[in-house]
Order: sequence, then C-alpha cells, then structure tokens
Amino acid sequence: MTKKLSRGVAVVGVGMSKFGAFPEKHSRDLFVEAYQELKQSVQNGFDPKEIEAFYMGNFSSDHFENQAHLAPIVASWVGLSPVASMRIEDACASGGVALRQAVLAIASGQCDVVLVGGLEKMTDLSAARVTDALALAADTMFEVPAGFTFPGFYASMATAYLDQYHADPDALLKVGIKNHENGALNEKAQFGQRISDVMASKKAKAAQKGLPIPEWADEMAFMKDPKANPMIAWPLRLFDCSPVSDGAAAVLLVSEELAQKYTDHPIYIIGAGQASDGALAERDSLSSVPSAAHAAAQAYEMAGLTPDDIDFAEVHDCFTIAEVMATEDLGFFPRGEGWKAAMAGETARDGKHPVNTSGGLKAKGHPVGASGVAQVVEMWKQLNGLAGGRQLTPRPTVGLTHNVGGTGQTCVVHIFERRS
Amino acid sequence: MAECNLESKAFYNAIHQDVLIGSRCKDCGHVSIPQRLICRVCHSDQAEQIEFSGFGTLATFTVIYVPPTEMVEAGYNAKNPYCVGIVALEEGPRISAQIVGLDLADPGKIKIGMPVRKTVVERGPEDKRKKVLAFEPA
Ligand SMILES: [Zn+2]
Repeated sequence: MTKKLSRGVAVVGVGMSKFGAFPEKHSRDLFVEAYQELKQSVQNGFDPKEIEAFYMGNFSSDHFENQAHLAPIVASWVGLSPVASMRIEDACASGGVALRQAVLAIASGQCDVVLVGGLEKMTDLSAARVTDALALAADTMFEVPAGFTFPGFYASMATAYLDQYHADPDALLKVGIKNHENGALNEKAQFGQRISDVMASKKAKAAQKGLPIPEWADEMAFMKDPKANPMIAWPLRLFDCSPVSDGAAAVLLVSEELAQKYTDHPIYIIGAGQASDGALAERDSLSSVPSAAHAAAQAYEMAGLTPDDIDFAEVHDCFTIAEVMATEDLGFFPRGEGWKAAMAGETARDGKHPVNTSGGLKAKGHPVGASGVAQVVEMWKQLNGLAGGRQLTPRPTVGLTHNVGGTGQTCVVHIFERRS
Repeated sequence: MAECNLESKAFYNAIHQDVLIGSRCKDCGHVSIPQRLICRVCHSDQAEQIEFSGFGTLATFTVIYVPPTEMVEAGYNAKNPYCVGIVALEEGPRISAQIVGLDLADPGKIKIGMPVRKTVVERGPEDKRKKVLAFEPA
C-alpha cells in the first residue's frame, strides 16, 4: 500500500552558513549565521514564536566540541526556548533524518511550523582525531578493529565496483572535477576553486617559494599525479574525499495549507523514504548502497514519480564512488552504468541528470550533521531560480536529496517540487 | 569447540583461543559471522554456535595510507600502508579484517577472489596486547 503523508509539508525558507574551517567559531555561532539567512529568505517573514519544534541534525558535538545535549543550547541561541528541541544522530545522515522527523511532526498534525537545523564543527580536532571520531559511525566492535577508516570503507566499495563492472577508475576523478566546477559557482562552498584553479595556485605557490614549477597537461593529469593528489585509501585519492568542515544549515517547514501565508514560492516535500542496514561486510552487495535503493523506492512511490521525473539531485558524495553508486541506487542509470554516465558528463549541469549542482559534499564541504539540511538549501535555490551562476536552465520543477549515514547503515531520501 | 555463547564478546574470546566462531540458524540454516541469536533472514531465535574453517576468498579490499590512531600506534603510515578488506568465508558469510602478507607496492595487483586463510595479529601496548582477526594469502 502506498504510504502518503497525512498532510502536506512545505519549505518556506532556507539558510546556511559559509562552509569551511572557522577556528574562532562554535557550532552555535554557525547556526546563528544560518538562521539569520533563513529569516531573510522567508518572503513575508515569520514570528519566531510560531515555531513549535526544533529538530537538529548533529553527529558528534560530543567528540568535536566536548558538548552533548546541544539542541537546547542552539535553540536558546536563536531565542527559541522553551520550544521542544532535539538532536538527531544518524552519522552523516543526521541532517536528513532531522528533516524527516520534522516532516512527520507536521504531517501528523502535532505541529504546523517546525525549524530544522543541521550543524557540525569538526576542524578543532587534529586530522587523526577526526578520523577516529568519524570511525564511530561504523561498527567499532567488528569493523573498526580490522583497520577500516571511512575512506577505507568507500575505497573497498570502489574496488568492488570497479572490479564488478570493469569500470575505468578515471570516472571517479571526473566526479571530483565536476563537483569542483559546481562548487566554484557556490559562494557558500568550502572550496570555491575548480581543479584548474587549484593547479594554478599550486604553480603560483611553487614560483613564490622558488621551487620547480609543476607541470600538468590537464586536470586529469593533475588528478593522477601522486604528489598533487596523494592516495588516501587505494583507489581513492585526496580529491576523491570530501573535506573536514565546519558549517550549519537551517530550513523552515510549515504545513501545506499555511505555506502561502509565508511565501508565494514554497517548495513542497512530496516524497520521503528512509532505510537502514547492517555492517558493510554483511550486505549482499558491496558495489551499491542497498539502503539508498530502499529509501528511494519509498520516496518515489509516495511522490508517484520515477527516476526520470527528477530534474536534478543533491546526492551524498562523501567520496566520489559514493556519487557514482548513488546515481545507480536512485535509478538515474542502470547498475554498472553510473561510471559511464559520469565519464560522459551526464551528471554535469548541462547533462541529462544534473547531480550536485551545489558542488556536493566534495566541494561545498561536509560538516556531517549539516550536509542533509544544506542539500535542501540547494533544492530551494534551484527550484526558485536563485542559484546564480550554477542555476539550471530551464528552471527545474522536481529535485531529490539523498543523504547517507556511515557506509549506508542509514539512508534518507526526499523529493521536492515547486508549483509556481 | 568453544562453549556456545551467542553474545558479541564471545567472538573475541574465541579469537584469543585462535578459533573463528559464528552462528547458524536452526530454522533456515543462515550462517552469520559474528554470531547472533536472532536470524536476519527468517527472524528465528533458535541459533547454534559454529566454528569456521578459516578459509575463504577476498571479496574486496583497500590499502590505507592515512591510518586511524590505533594503526598509527601499530606502526603504519603513508610509507608503510596496510591492507584491509572483506573476506567471504567458504561457509558463506563475510567479515571485515586486516589482510597481511601481501606485497602492497602495487595494490592493483591484489586480486578480488584470491584465496585467503585466517590468522591473528596482535596490537596494542605491551600491557594491553589484544588479538585481532586477520587473513593472509592461502
Ligand atoms: Zn533463519
């Protein structure tokens, strides 16, 4: 039986902080920045007193900032006390799951106006401590002792994928190049540089230091240079990995019947799905993310749509291989064809299935708890024609977000549409 | 054969005795590693402990150049990377483990499907030595 929301839910405003490394800021400051932008984006404004609940995605303020029980603090910092505030933790899918819980709160009729947040402040720790903290999203009893890191898990999926489909590993590098192209057009991105810009700045740095100036024939040559793009977990290199980031995002959700009170151009959540899985080793497939396919099937069924109805998608490219697998798990391309589509530019802004127009986690940055909420910011911008230099033309009608926790132990998918 | 114990920590108690254990569902025959009481296929809670041969094949792998703290402490780094993978046991189920005894100079030469067998590596400081499951080429 098709599961529908008991009542419709709309996004009426969004905001996000700049993503990057901000040693002077606490995560609550980043959320204040996102919330301030959200306030500006709600066309007719809103009274904060109308907000009835605050769902906040955050993976690990405990480890990153030595702070548990963060939601009420953040709520207080944006003046929302005594509103019900809760932190949702599902690793890198925390933001997407917070969104889903907010959707369900409104659909149930218990709330009419809900604030969704996502935030993470990761750069205060050393790289090794960040690696250790992220590893907590895997099974620390049976996966981590093997020596797995998060790049290692996705690298193992890449090895399985490349072997199973005899795929060209260059496809992964193409994903990174494409997402940096898009990120360069997003003023909020951590990396506002194309790979060609990175090459130019490395040359300039070498010249400045009086060192031999490196030469690369093109972007692919740079991406294959082990000095410029070192191996992290074979076959994944540095530019296959999303960065360690600080950032926050905020979304205001209201019931469908109230949406026009806030704005003439709400976007509607018409599909939602979520699924879980066990450890990577126990899955039937090592070259896909089964929970993503399950979550997508639920969302498509609720929306009454098929993958070909999706005009663009923000997918969870924590690693380049994750984007390739996502485009198959979501049904944009058949199994084993995602890498060819990436090679052929079909996921570029002018391709058949534009993916990660925001720059994705790769270039925009990946403050883990914020990522699933920041994906909604891109939905709002593209659907409302506000995406500036990266705006898709013609302006899309339907978009999809795909937010993965860990190695795919959690996946949450939402589908958005505009009606004006 | 170790005493039947389907709780999680029994796995490492068995590893310390050089035995690789798991469970088999008495109702549908599904085999799990690590062992577990409740079958993920048929939901039965009637399981028995089994012992694996320790032989299998490499299902997938990676070579890690940027290790986590525990592996840094074990002596690994970008110049001395290590292989970790997922092994498909000959009895069916898969498990994550470090893969030792391989030439890592060119990871492209490591082949999925390669036969492997169980071994054990020790990690940790002298006073807190622990045994961890690993595999090596068979
Ligand atoms: Zn069973």
